[in-house]
Amino acid sequence: MEINKAIISVKNLVKKYDDFIAVQDLSFEVYENEIFGLLGPNGAGKTTTLEIIETLRDKTSGEIIVDGLSVDKHANAIKQIIGVQLQAAGYYPNLNLIELIELFAGLYGADIKPMEMLEKVNLQDKAKAKYKALSGGQKQRFSIATTLINQPKIIFLDEPTTGLDPQARRNLWDLIVQIRDAGTTVVITTHYMDEAEQLCDRVAFVERGKIIAIDTPDNLIDQLVNSGFERKKEVKKANLEDVFINLTGKEWRE
Amino acid sequence: MNDGHSSSPLGAEGANSPTRTVRYSNTKATLALAKASFRSIMRSPSAVVFTLAFPLIFILVFGFLGNGGTRIDVGITPGSDINNPVVSMLGKTGMIRLVKDKSKEEFDKLLEKGNVDAMVDVHRKVNTAAYSVNVVYTSASRDKGGILKSVLNNLFYDKTLKPTVAEIKESTVTGREYKTIDFILPGQLGFSLLSTGVFGTAFVFLSLRQTLVIKRFFATPVKRSSIVIGEGIARIGFALIGALFIILIGHFFFSFTLVHGVVTVINMLLLATMGIIVFMGFGFIISGIAKSESMVPPISNIVTLPQFLLSGTFFSIEAFPTWLQPISRALPLTYLNDAMRKVAFEGMGLWDVKFQIMILLIWGIVIYAVAVKVFKWE
Ligand SMILES: Nc1ncnc2c1ncn2[C@@H]1O[C@H](COP(=O)(O)OP(=O)(O)OP(=O)(O)O)[C@@H](O)[C@H]1O
Ligand SMILES: [Mg+2]
Repeated sequence: MEINKAIISVKNLVKKYDDFIAVQDLSFEVYENEIFGLLGPNGAGKTTTLEIIETLRDKTSGEIIVDGLSVDKHANAIKQIIGVQLQAAGYYPNLNLIELIELFAGLYGADIKPMEMLEKVNLQDKAKAKYKALSGGQKQRFSIATTLINQPKIIFLDEPTTGLDPQARRNLWDLIVQIRDAGTTVVITTHYMDEAEQLCDRVAFVERGKIIAIDTPDNLIDQLVNSGFERKKEVKKANLEDVFINLTGKEWRE
Repeated sequence: MNDGHSSSPLGAEGANSPTRTVRYSNTKATLALAKASFRSIMRSPSAVVFTLAFPLIFILVFGFLGNGGTRIDVGITPGSDINNPVVSMLGKTGMIRLVKDKSKEEFDKLLEKGNVDAMVDVHRKVNTAAYSVNVVYTSASRDKGGILKSVLNNLFYDKTLKPTVAEIKESTVTGREYKTIDFILPGQLGFSLLSTGVFGTAFVFLSLRQTLVIKRFFATPVKRSSIVIGEGIARIGFALIGALFIILIGHFFFSFTLVHGVVTVINMLLLATMGIIVFMGFGFIISGIAKSESMVPPISNIVTLPQFLLSGTFFSIEAFPTWLQPISRALPLTYLNDAMRKVAFEGMGLWDVKFQIMILLIWGIVIYAVAVKVFKWE
């Protein structure tokens, strides 16, 4: 991973909601084929930033290039090469999963077999279920399936693991890693630092609309340790989450 | 089912595969949306209830009530011959009530107010066996006068004063008989189109917006126009299937009159299409101004109720007090109902109801001009 080619480049991004500045002068790059994490407290501006890159919101100023395409001029071309999971999104009512996938295939102009898409996220057994009837984890997996329909170069996942149990979370990590390994760049936000540490190739910390740190998780941890930081309590060799996983097994939960 | 996904065929696509050479098709996207929307509507109980169940219940009720609904009061002019085949024939049609034994002055007043729909004067012509019939209609009751005219037409084949009664009797009086269903069904059809157009469209767009379904759509290359047109196709398709269903049930179970058969049905469906498009415009506006789903029914009712009551759905608008009639005559459903009845019962073509169509068109232009202003995407 020495020669890193930027697939997304954000320069001096500013977003104002009326008087409130949600994003101030944000700049970063996402490299091709990495899992890039945007981390930061609630209201930091992560979703705002993602949705501007996804061409779903207008920016106040700044420049954004996605795979050589500018969000100002080529919004539609960008939409064709990205997959988007929104932090909050709904799906067409009264349709089952297969029908929803068919709908998205039509919207993307993609020629796919709906069942295969569901198999990718292990939801083939729920093919005839309505989205509403899915559990939280299944909903997230379904959302991810919809991001893969157009065989995108980049997918954006906004808090895909929020509200999931430890297994579901880990299974989703596996899925995300597979997607990355298949050649797709992944941009993800999360509030779980263990997740970011395990999953992300690089992370950026955002606070109050500014990037305060950007590097690999390893480097960031090393920097902190080198600065003389020590954990207050000696950590045991396992934690409660390990207990949970050990007790309840590792398989998908339906 | 342990670790099932690990064997899933994730590879082979993504950034490394050559980009698709297929050009993006707006038509395909529009049709995918239409299909999805249609499926969703068919599974939504409220849509089915409003579009089919309500109108059918009314049709059923009025269908079984038989001809009790429409009654035409025909006065027999004092001095007229009463014991003749013409009068007894009129009495037998079932919906005509003959009013006798009133003075000329009384009749004139009743006629003026529309309390009597027409006057009939029958005289035996001197030296022949033929009767001469003189009918006086009143502008206060044009609709019923029209019905009577049809009835008389059927009795005589020719309008005014004619022929030997013996012949009429034998000539089969199978002509069009104006039944209650002929009045009720177009009204119910119009109302069905109104409610599915207004409620359906308003609910769908509001909820798609609020549940962020539309936002997710916007993350795909689909055009806004595709979303609107796709939804429109589904709604129109659903409404037309409903209309066809209502017409067929009316025709086969309650002998709803379709003068030119299939052609009449097609004309009715074309009118229905124009109607639903206009009514959907109201729906777009409501989805834009309603802040929440609970605000949709009250606002929709403001649009639909007056039309339900005043557009001649159940009663001819002639039956309303004069001060209400201008209001009735301003509403789009009035013209749709009117056109439907003329096409279905009087056998008119679309060109014959161009005036009604023109009013609908004007409504359409106004409504969509407003809709474009107030419609919200997010
Ligand atoms: N549509 C909007 N109008 C006005 N202000 C907004 C809007 N959307 C977001 N904001 C504000 O912008 C800031 C950033 O919001 P954003 O949703 O980007 O945060 P976030 O980092 O994704 O937070 P979280 O972790 O809670 O999802 C917040 O203070 C929020 O209140
Ligand atoms: Mg967020």
